Amino acid sequence: MAKQHANWSPYDNNGGSCVAIAGADYCVIAADTRMSTGYNILTRDYSKICKLADKCVMASSGFQADVKALQKHLGARHLIYQHQHNKQMSCPAMAQLLSNTLYYKRFFPYYSFNVLGGLDNEGKGCVFTYDAVGSYEKVGYSSQGSGSTLIMPFLDNQLKSPSPLLLPAQDAVTPLAEDEAVDLVKTVFASASERDIYTGDKLEIVVINADGLRREYIDLRKD
Amino acid sequence: MASKQPDALLGPESDSQRTQYPYVTGTSVVAIKYKDGILMASDMGGSYGSTLRYKSVERIKPIGKHSLLGASGEISDFQEILRYLDELILYDNMWDDGNSLGPKEVHNYLTRIMYNRRNKFNPLWNSLVLGGVKNGQKYLGTVSMIGVNFEDNHVASGFGNHLARPILRQEWHENLSFEDGVRLLEKCMLVLLYRDRSAINKFQIAKITDEGVTIHQPYSLKTNWEFSAFQNPSQGAVGTW
Amino acid sequence: MFRNQYDTDVTTWSPAGRLFQVEYAMEAVKQGSAAIGLRSKTHVVLGCVNKANSELSSHQKKIFKVDDHIGVAIAGLTADGRVLSRYMRNECINYSFTYEAQLPVGRLVVQLADKAQVCTQRSWKRPYGVGLLVGGLDESGAHLYYNCPSGNYFEYQAFAIGSRSQAAKTYLERKFENFADSSRDDLVKDALMAIRETLQGETLTSSICTVAVLGVGEPFHILDQATVKQIIDGFEIAGEQEDPAGEPDAAAGQEAAAEQGAAADQGGSTDQVVAPMDI
Repeated sequence: MAKQHANWSPYDNNGGSCVAIAGADYCVIAADTRMSTGYNILTRDYSKICKLADKCVMASSGFQADVKALQKHLGARHLIYQHQHNKQMSCPAMAQLLSNTLYYKRFFPYYSFNVLGGLDNEGKGCVFTYDAVGSYEKVGYSSQGSGSTLIMPFLDNQLKSPSPLLLPAQDAVTPLAEDEAVDLVKTVFASASERDIYTGDKLEIVVINADGLRREYIDLRKD
Repeated sequence: MASKQPDALLGPESDSQRTQYPYVTGTSVVAIKYKDGILMASDMGGSYGSTLRYKSVERIKPIGKHSLLGASGEISDFQEILRYLDELILYDNMWDDGNSLGPKEVHNYLTRIMYNRRNKFNPLWNSLVLGGVKNGQKYLGTVSMIGVNFEDNHVASGFGNHLARPILRQEWHENLSFEDGVRLLEKCMLVLLYRDRSAINKFQIAKITDEGVTIHQPYSLKTNWEFSAFQNPSQGAVGTW
Repeated sequence: MFRNQYDTDVTTWSPAGRLFQVEYAMEAVKQGSAAIGLRSKTHVVLGCVNKANSELSSHQKKIFKVDDHIGVAIAGLTADGRVLSRYMRNECINYSFTYEAQLPVGRLVVQLADKAQVCTQRSWKRPYGVGLLVGGLDESGAHLYYNCPSGNYFEYQAFAIGSRSQAAKTYLERKFENFADSSRDDLVKDALMAIRETLQGETLTSSICTVAVLGVGEPFHILDQATVKQIIDGFEIAGEQEDPAGEPDAAAGQEAAAEQGAAADQGGSTDQVVAPMDI
């Protein structure tokens, strides 16, 4: 008989879904607060959303330890940036930094699936969506994580982003008003938590606009 | 001989062993916040595979003045972690400036250690539970062998996640008195004793409050194996034999 | 040209038990434009005099943010000050990375002092030519430290370093007993008054000084010029009204001069006996 013993993997998938929607003068970033491993729920109240700068917020799902390391790394880099430049990093700059940080670990990747949302230098909403090794794209809306396969087609259907092939390039921001976007996010998560066991418990929504940053919570399915 | 050469070039690193599986392991630790602080419970068994090899392993230890650490998993790795923390606390005290590391700081430090070791593919094979109180602030968190960490009002490691946490989710509340807290932990430990084969009937319960740490003497729980469900567990369960 | 035969390298003792290179480094602090600091139980205020190197240049930055809870004001070689500020910033970032807590000020100051000390004991190094006033807030309250090129450090209620700092020190010595319970705004006012003392005749304007504040619920930040101007204008007007009864001030001025003389005497006498390393 083969020797039986426990084995280990350096990775885990702690689940969770993230969504970000950019509008003309706002950005909505949302994620559920469930953290799981396999069929276990580890905790029902873990924030996946990390404020990186005044106008820049990241939502991440995947392997919590990697996500935490990534958040701390970006946080430290942002402190250094502030010391050197006497200002907050802009959202597009943070987007590039995040990409470089992920790619730096191309051959032992951070198992993290991120969306970055915020306002650009003109005050317009912007969303950047990533894969685990750092390739990224500026979009009008995006979803990442365990429920993204349920959420993304729903968003596509509702928001119909202009094809990136169009010339001249069309603006990707959604035509929705801020409260409509917040409602859409709530709907989308309520739906995802029906079918995705890794999404649920609570929804954390962050809205960034000219007034600053606002947080709200709603309950999701707990089963 | 020639085939040995490349090995030598890799230096002493290539000869060193890494933990690829655990030898002597402890099972679940359960901990909760209660009115005045944190309560933590674990049994004292140390299993060598499925052999119950040791029966007096202390798996809950005080760390500094404000923290309490419980561990499941590889016992030797836990003792190594205790050495790290002893050094940490010693160096902290050596500043002699009135500052001291609280449970939050220790938990974060542990998280860095666990995560760094997994990054080197040389993990410390433990699930750790860290509780503490500093300046009236209660803290309870956990770290796994690969660095997954979080805080909660009640945490458990190993089998405790399956068997104890559902009970805790149902019965835990903010204002548990010490007696109610102990009763709740004993209920969890009893379920674990019944259903976790590596659990043993010799427990330690520890308490930490603003006044300090108390680790109670080991004791046993009264068991009853005469439940009819234990007599013929598959009876009435469709599809079993 | 050389002053004596024991000052050609840091590690050589004089027969009187002095390290001249280290003392020269401390001299560099005295040559630099003044920096002052004072604290209450909850706040620390740092201030400095901005002196441009030439008519054509702007002044150098002399107050640095280290973290939300720590800031420094420097006098001496600004370049050395920047390097040490960067070191302190890194220490703070590293500490909060491993512990997710703020580095206690006292510890950072000791680390900084140890770093300076190494430079007084290595033949291939030179001491840092900068004095740092480190203001910080931690669990045990607000603190103000002075770090010296010699590797010594001291905790103060209020202190001033740099050129003509004696005048500011005299001002602070006269008033420090009230600082512990001062309001934040009074602290800032006292900081500006202390800075004014170092100017000796020159009028205090918002462009000639920098003031920074940190305290409970208030992360370290440098006050902008408009705010400083407003405060200066505020007490300038109040001062003019009080002026007719300005005699006590003159008396205090004489006192200050006397004290200064005494201090100088002391300095002179210690010169001959032991190393004047205590400041």
